[in-house]
Amino acid sequence: MSGQSTYQPRSRFMQWMEARLPVMGLVHSSFVAYPTPRNLNYWWTFGGILSFMLVVQIVTGIVLVMHFTPHVDMAFNSVEHIMRDVNYGWLLRYLHSNGASMFFLACYIHMFRGMYYGSYKEPREVLWILGVIIYLLMMATGFMGYVLPWGQMSFWAATVITNLFSAIPIVGDPVVTWLWGGYAVGNPTLQRFFSLHYLLPFAIAGVVVLHVWALHVVGQNNPTGIEPTSDKDTLPFTPYATVKDAFFLAMFAIVFAWFVFYIPNYLGHPDNYIPANPGVTPVHIVPEWYYLPFYAILRAIPNKLLGVIALFSSIAILAFLPWLDTSRVKSANYRPLYRQFFWLFVIVCVGLGWLGSKPAEGGYVIASRLLTAWYFLHFIVVLPLLGFIEKPRALPMSISESVLKGKGAAALLAAIVLAGLAGFARPATAAEQVAPPRVNWSFAGPFGNYDRAQLQRGFKIYREICQSCHSLSLLSLRNLGETGGPDFSPPQVASIAAEYKVKDGPNDQGEMFERAGRPADRFPAPFPNEQAARAANGGALPPDLSVIAKARGYERGFPWFVIDAVTQFQEHGPDYIVAVLTGYADPPANFKLAAGAAYNRYFPGNAIGMPKPLSDGIVTYTDGTPQTADQYAKDVTAFLMWAAEPHLEARKRIGFQTMIFLIVLAGLLYFIKKKVWSHLHDHA
Amino acid sequence: MSSAGPTRRDFLFVATGAVGAIGAAATLVPLIAQMNPDSSTVAAGAPIEVDLAPITQGQAIKVFWRGKPIYIEHRSKSEIEAARNVDVASLPDPQADQARVKAGHDQWLVVIGICTHLGCIPIARQGDFGGFFCPCHGSHYDTSGRIRQGPAPANLAIPPYAFLSDSKIRIG
Repeated sequence: MSGQSTYQPRSRFMQWMEARLPVMGLVHSSFVAYPTPRNLNYWWTFGGILSFMLVVQIVTGIVLVMHFTPHVDMAFNSVEHIMRDVNYGWLLRYLHSNGASMFFLACYIHMFRGMYYGSYKEPREVLWILGVIIYLLMMATGFMGYVLPWGQMSFWAATVITNLFSAIPIVGDPVVTWLWGGYAVGNPTLQRFFSLHYLLPFAIAGVVVLHVWALHVVGQNNPTGIEPTSDKDTLPFTPYATVKDAFFLAMFAIVFAWFVFYIPNYLGHPDNYIPANPGVTPVHIVPEWYYLPFYAILRAIPNKLLGVIALFSSIAILAFLPWLDTSRVKSANYRPLYRQFFWLFVIVCVGLGWLGSKPAEGGYVIASRLLTAWYFLHFIVVLPLLGFIEKPRALPMSISESVLKGKGAAALLAAIVLAGLAGFARPATAAEQVAPPRVNWSFAGPFGNYDRAQLQRGFKIYREICQSCHSLSLLSLRNLGETGGPDFSPPQVASIAAEYKVKDGPNDQGEMFERAGRPADRFPAPFPNEQAARAANGGALPPDLSVIAKARGYERGFPWFVIDAVTQFQEHGPDYIVAVLTGYADPPANFKLAAGAAYNRYFPGNAIGMPKPLSDGIVTYTDGTPQTADQYAKDVTAFLMWAAEPHLEARKRIGFQTMIFLIVLAGLLYFIKKKVWSHLHDHA
Repeated sequence: MSSAGPTRRDFLFVATGAVGAIGAAATLVPLIAQMNPDSSTVAAGAPIEVDLAPITQGQAIKVFWRGKPIYIEHRSKSEIEAARNVDVASLPDPQADQARVKAGHDQWLVVIGICTHLGCIPIARQGDFGGFFCPCHGSHYDTSGRIRQGPAPANLAIPPYAFLSDSKIRIG
């Protein structure tokens, strides 16, 4: 960490090289000989995990950029193009979108670990502040990345977050206009966010280098919070810390893979599968889970400017932590009072996150205000006072003398943090919606696959019923023959395609003409434009059905959304669609139905523009399946699920292989870790 | 080293290294595969049909297939003769004209209009041999699209195509 490197190159070439550019010596002293306190627990592995996540995000991001189009008219479709057409595009995009969440998850654990063990105290103040800067950059990067798919949540996140700056007195509005590059969030905004979203990760990487450098100057903190005094207190980074980091990284990767392969949309919002619409804000907008506590603080303050100041202060105050905490003892293990306040603070943060996902009304606002007040009191009153009031427990003389306790507390921390963070995941909507009944889907669960016959029947329903009003614009006719889908044979696909009329041209005379469809064509839309679609449907716009199964859902509420993450229940969208298709009924006596609307038990607000589409016997099945409205609804919904997630089967198959691989790898690393460390215990 | 001995430990390291290497290799698969043509590009590269009826003798048209320009030339008798009255063995890339057109459709020359030197588009009916001339680096092709003079190493490539009727071909 300091002084001459002990690295001795063996070969002549390396000696020659080392005399000119001592890069191997740097690596050796930083990652091999670097002394780490021998009592580090697994909470110290998250630094390595964060580095790994940064690399994952940069690599997958660079790859996604090769296929993404940063333009308001094309961004949404280019993301869907990645999900559908690009080889392994679905994997790369799910890795990137879930990777952001995993990055923040690891970051929060890393930060809470630093707070618990007092890692920000002398001599690590600069190390800590660099960490706060990284966190700020992460927040900016994550936010701008979320805008890029240009869905409804993207657009409105961009609008709300940039509007924070309008709170600045006098120059607020010009600043916001400058940020937008226009009079509203639009194409210039998207393009600059794209540019910055590409730039900032490299800025993060740069600050990470400083962060690691600062760390290697002052050395790592440890669970006792006392500095190493002799060689007995430390171990070389390699192999001891390396194997431990590697093992826990593999464990973390299992969690990551669980999200990517089995519940890839769990942490997202269905609304973001609806293309951005500057004219309609979603009923309930919330940021991604990792911003929720700050969002709650923003909304807790009834004054616009003060709310924004509170939001930014709640982050900025972290940078002052080294001086706000007046206690000379670092580790909470030896600070009985601080330890309780630490846990209270964790609960307050989790609570703020939960409140951030709730609508800003009634008791939620009051609770948000109380917790916001406590959040700041913790920093400006509790921490400064505790240093004077608290009587710390006796510190051990040295690290090697200390005997670690409190593994139970660690497990508890894990449970609370994970449950809490998972708890942010799904926002609750103002619940007037009736929960749709559960349907047994063949594609549910870790091994679920589509039922080919069902997809083919569902396509028949789409073609004979839905297609007259609803487009399927993101799908091509060729998709019908691709593996993992309805699996029509090539001649079947060609003959289905030929039944469609496709507009082509211009021809040599400069005129557009109609021709028979070909497999490479997109599904033709029933109406030439939105106005025509509305005019033909009493003013209502029949939505495009390409991703409808992922763009709809319903709230399951606590504790179900936590359980759903474990049981992999992800079929909110399909269940909802079946419920709406079969949920037509006579309106209750006191319900006023607008002209042209129909009453639907499951549609939000109950008045739906679409007349009852399905009734028994309207479509003929040739395979003996019952010709009931209920069956039609399930079949067409399965088809729409495939349309929204055409690579579901590949995802689950590769997910299973990845899981097996990671479990084997984690197991092997665990035994290596045991070996390496048992060797140490023999000689201790 | 205690009871276990070095063998078991070595095995553990080798096994873990092997598993890690497999994982790293598997990770490369999607990262590399994503740069290959995606399925929409592949689908758009399906065969195309071209109607030859409007192409009069002495005329050449250019169509695009898989992003490549395809020259379709309706050759005159003299052009065919010029292409056939050549000592094939003396050519840089020896190939008979008969091997470059479809039997019975000798008047139709269908070639990929990309110079075999470095990928520029040669101009039709120009150059010292009346076939194609590439302005980039001065390659001359004859009326059969064969390289005659200049830096290009090979004849203009023939795309896969077939006659559906006397006046219609399918390329691809």
